[in-house]
Amino acid sequence: MSDRESRRIGLPLERFEDRALLLGRGRFADDMPVPAGTLHAAILRSPHPHAEIRGIDAAAARALPGVFAIVTGEDVRRWTRPFTVGVKQKMEHWCLAVDRARYVGEPVAVVLAEDRYRAEDALDAVAVDYAPLDAVVDPQLALAAEAPVLHAGVGGNLVSERRFRYGDPEAAFRAAPRRIAITIDYPRNSCTPIEGLVVLAEHLPGAEGYEVLANFQGPFALHPVMALALKVPGTRLRLKTPPDSGGSFGIKQSLFPYVVLMCVAARKAGRPVKWVEDRLEHLVAASSATNRVTTLTAAVSAEGEVTALAWDQLEDCGAYLRAPEPATLYRMHGNMSGAYKVRNLAITNRIVLTNKTPTGLNRGFGGPQVYFALERLMQCIAVELDLDPLEIIRRNLVPADAFPYRCPAGALLDSGNYQEAVARAVAEGGLDELRRRRDAARREGRLYGIGFAAVVEPSVSNMGYITTALTPEERHKAGPKNGAQASATVALDPLGGVSVAVASTPQGQGHATVLAQVAADALGLEAAEIRVTVELDTAKDAWSIASGNYSSRFAAAVAGSAHLAALRLREKLARLAAAQLNVPAGEIRFAGGRIFAAGNPENSLAFARIAGTGHWSPGTLPEGAEAALRETVFWTPPTLDPPNDADEVNSSAAHGFVFDFCGVEIERDTGRLRIDKYVTMHDAGRVLNPALLEGQVRGGFAQALGAALFEEFVYAEDGSFLSGTFADYLLPTTAEVPEPQILHIATPSPVTPLGAKGVGEGNSMSTPVCLANAVADALGVADIRLPMMPARLKALLEPAEPPPPARPASPGQSAAR
Amino acid sequence: MPRLSRDMRHPIRLVVNGREMAGDAAPRLLLSDFLRHVLGLTGTHVGCEHGVCGACTVLIDGVPTRSCLVFAVQAAGRKVDTVEGLAGPDGELSPLQLAFQRNHALQCGYCTPGILMSLSAYLRTHPEPDEGALRDMLSGHLCRCTGYTPIIRAALEAARELRKES
Repeated sequence: MSDRESRRIGLPLERFEDRALLLGRGRFADDMPVPAGTLHAAILRSPHPHAEIRGIDAAAARALPGVFAIVTGEDVRRWTRPFTVGVKQKMEHWCLAVDRARYVGEPVAVVLAEDRYRAEDALDAVAVDYAPLDAVVDPQLALAAEAPVLHAGVGGNLVSERRFRYGDPEAAFRAAPRRIAITIDYPRNSCTPIEGLVVLAEHLPGAEGYEVLANFQGPFALHPVMALALKVPGTRLRLKTPPDSGGSFGIKQSLFPYVVLMCVAARKAGRPVKWVEDRLEHLVAASSATNRVTTLTAAVSAEGEVTALAWDQLEDCGAYLRAPEPATLYRMHGNMSGAYKVRNLAITNRIVLTNKTPTGLNRGFGGPQVYFALERLMQCIAVELDLDPLEIIRRNLVPADAFPYRCPAGALLDSGNYQEAVARAVAEGGLDELRRRRDAARREGRLYGIGFAAVVEPSVSNMGYITTALTPEERHKAGPKNGAQASATVALDPLGGVSVAVASTPQGQGHATVLAQVAADALGLEAAEIRVTVELDTAKDAWSIASGNYSSRFAAAVAGSAHLAALRLREKLARLAAAQLNVPAGEIRFAGGRIFAAGNPENSLAFARIAGTGHWSPGTLPEGAEAALRETVFWTPPTLDPPNDADEVNSSAAHGFVFDFCGVEIERDTGRLRIDKYVTMHDAGRVLNPALLEGQVRGGFAQALGAALFEEFVYAEDGSFLSGTFADYLLPTTAEVPEPQILHIATPSPVTPLGAKGVGEGNSMSTPVCLANAVADALGVADIRLPMMPARLKALLEPAEPPPPARPASPGQSAAR
Repeated sequence: MPRLSRDMRHPIRLVVNGREMAGDAAPRLLLSDFLRHVLGLTGTHVGCEHGVCGACTVLIDGVPTRSCLVFAVQAAGRKVDTVEGLAGPDGELSPLQLAFQRNHALQCGYCTPGILMSLSAYLRTHPEPDEGALRDMLSGHLCRCTGYTPIIRAALEAARELRKES
């Protein structure tokens, strides 16, 4: 069997995960066994967006049948300390409001009872004495001098402000004949996994600390944050994840404060405690993408070349800067120039707190906010210059011969050919035909538009990029932070079986299948022969702060680490086989379950026979050879340096490319948007499993469609929350999601071990703005706000209603009124 | 009609996946919680507990029903089918389950049991569904991972397989 025939990477294999899930035998967090005596937690949450907590009387609740204990701020003060915050400000975020609630839904007390029903009953009997305060939900209003201040120690609501300058933006703006600007107000939304958050916590006797099972998704940089909050060494907080997790898309990062809260609860009760979040809790208080107000200004030549970009970003992180925030604002920092060759950038970043749910990871993470501004701006430039939007994109793309390309703010675009990706999308996606359809529709008086978006999709975040929020002096004081350790362990069992264990905590992406493909290729086995475990145990498995499933790091980093670990094992096995087959180790090959000499395939041994040697007969190993038993590889992308003193940062290790275009029609009578065609071209480097990759693209597209058309966490001006059920927060269904045409090219990454890049987040960045650009084209309007609900589009279609006619003053009516 | 006391657990007997089963339930215990936590059938998942997401769908006397909107006591004496009953006696996947696997119609698999139950009932009464009808019917289920098209493809493919079988 040749190497090529034995190749499993790149095949659209069916998933090994599916059988259990289809049988109803998945093992999700709430399915896992609980210790005898486990109590069930229900959380009392603040109905006020902002209020002092003057006292809590839990006596009546405690007296109810089945109720075991009530946890309040007092307990939290006793056993924990506030969470570490990413910027230096005097503000305290505890796992439960200790003296003041700052958003609707903030935990205020926990009832522990023998079952969840009784725990929820008792919530009504907990009497909280609130003194309501004025609230602020609009980030711009929160900056005003008279705005209510959330954290007195900060003195205002602005918690971070930094200005950056790359190249010479002032000169570029002076020299440019045109200055074109756009202001956008990006709304709050969330990818709302269908499974909510689950925590099972136990306080162990003596100094053993805490043991937790939770459907946490990482990043495990939050493990030290939890341990510090619990005032235990990291080794005394054992965190395990279940084998299956019902989606996350970033959101289950926000579980970590509840781990701390349930640890306190378990400690107080002296019993294990289980908490299963319900949907209403999830919507009001789990997490959200940041809302952001951005003004983006371009210096533009007469030909449409962008020579400078000036970003002014006002980021709203909600009531607390919950770790890893302010990461949403800085995730894209190194490539704020997008897919474009512009060399001059000015960036002003401000972070403000408001009386809303704290923000966090959500698919796309910072990308949707950035690209909505950047790609809307490109469309506006085209309108202003009366040029085709695609032509504006083309004139500004990073040239194909420039890779690897260092962006002005520091990102290293590792590989790509944006021109070819665009050209192939235009040809294979049928742009000419779409234009004819638009022309025909417009001749009939219909509202039809075409939109475009070009997006660089970063993956494998540099754990140091968040420190760009600090000044170089502050960074020097704190010490450099950088890199992104991925880990994988490949092991041989005594019967020669191969297993892979990783710290990637998947939530449905099919990591086990891909890892089996990767290890199978390295060792010449069938993918089905590889046993993969993806549940993580921080006490036993190899992990680091970058572990977890976020920033699209699996294919690029984790699968790469597994590949490297399998190669190390293969190298050791080859030395053992070489001795037995009497050929140099360099001539040993692995394929079809056998180990053989390259020149003489007959001269071979069964894989399992050599693979068991390290267990059964370590005494027979050749001189100097190490047993092949278990290899753990930690791999960090070599290109991820800490931010330098010029604030340049390579914020991600790999950079894919997405180019989308679409045709949409808007019904004049209803404002309803219909997608006529959607084309999405992806360059994700080397493809490991094309079926799973398409699944990521299609799923990302559907979520992005929701963000574009339906989804928004809405707050009333007084801070009350208006999107508390799935009847208010609308997700797209089968009836609303069309099938996009998915296209690929592949320019392998020179940085990652397998040449793969992330692919799961690109459409979250490209699709909302691509659709908005099509709407702008259809309606001839510039100011478009998401989500583009029918009522909102209908309002864009019609002139505002004329004011009611003035009534003649009648006697008795004061003129001053 | 039996009289139930709020503060008592009542013995419930019902036929689940063709097998007589029994357990105790307070009158307010949801069928979803009864299946999961009393009978140990954790294949039925709970996604919203307010009747929108469809993850908890089971069949009661053959009719798709959201088990988070039904009390366990209401299912007493009825025939309940859950995802655990779809496969054959030796665990062989049904044509519908196989079609889901072939078409990558699931990712995290959390919403999948409810979708399988709705489809298994629908395909019995609609052996030749078209895409539009399937999209209408399945619009009562939320899936956040797949973008839905693979689910539709799997359903169409399963319908063809089932027609061949019958």
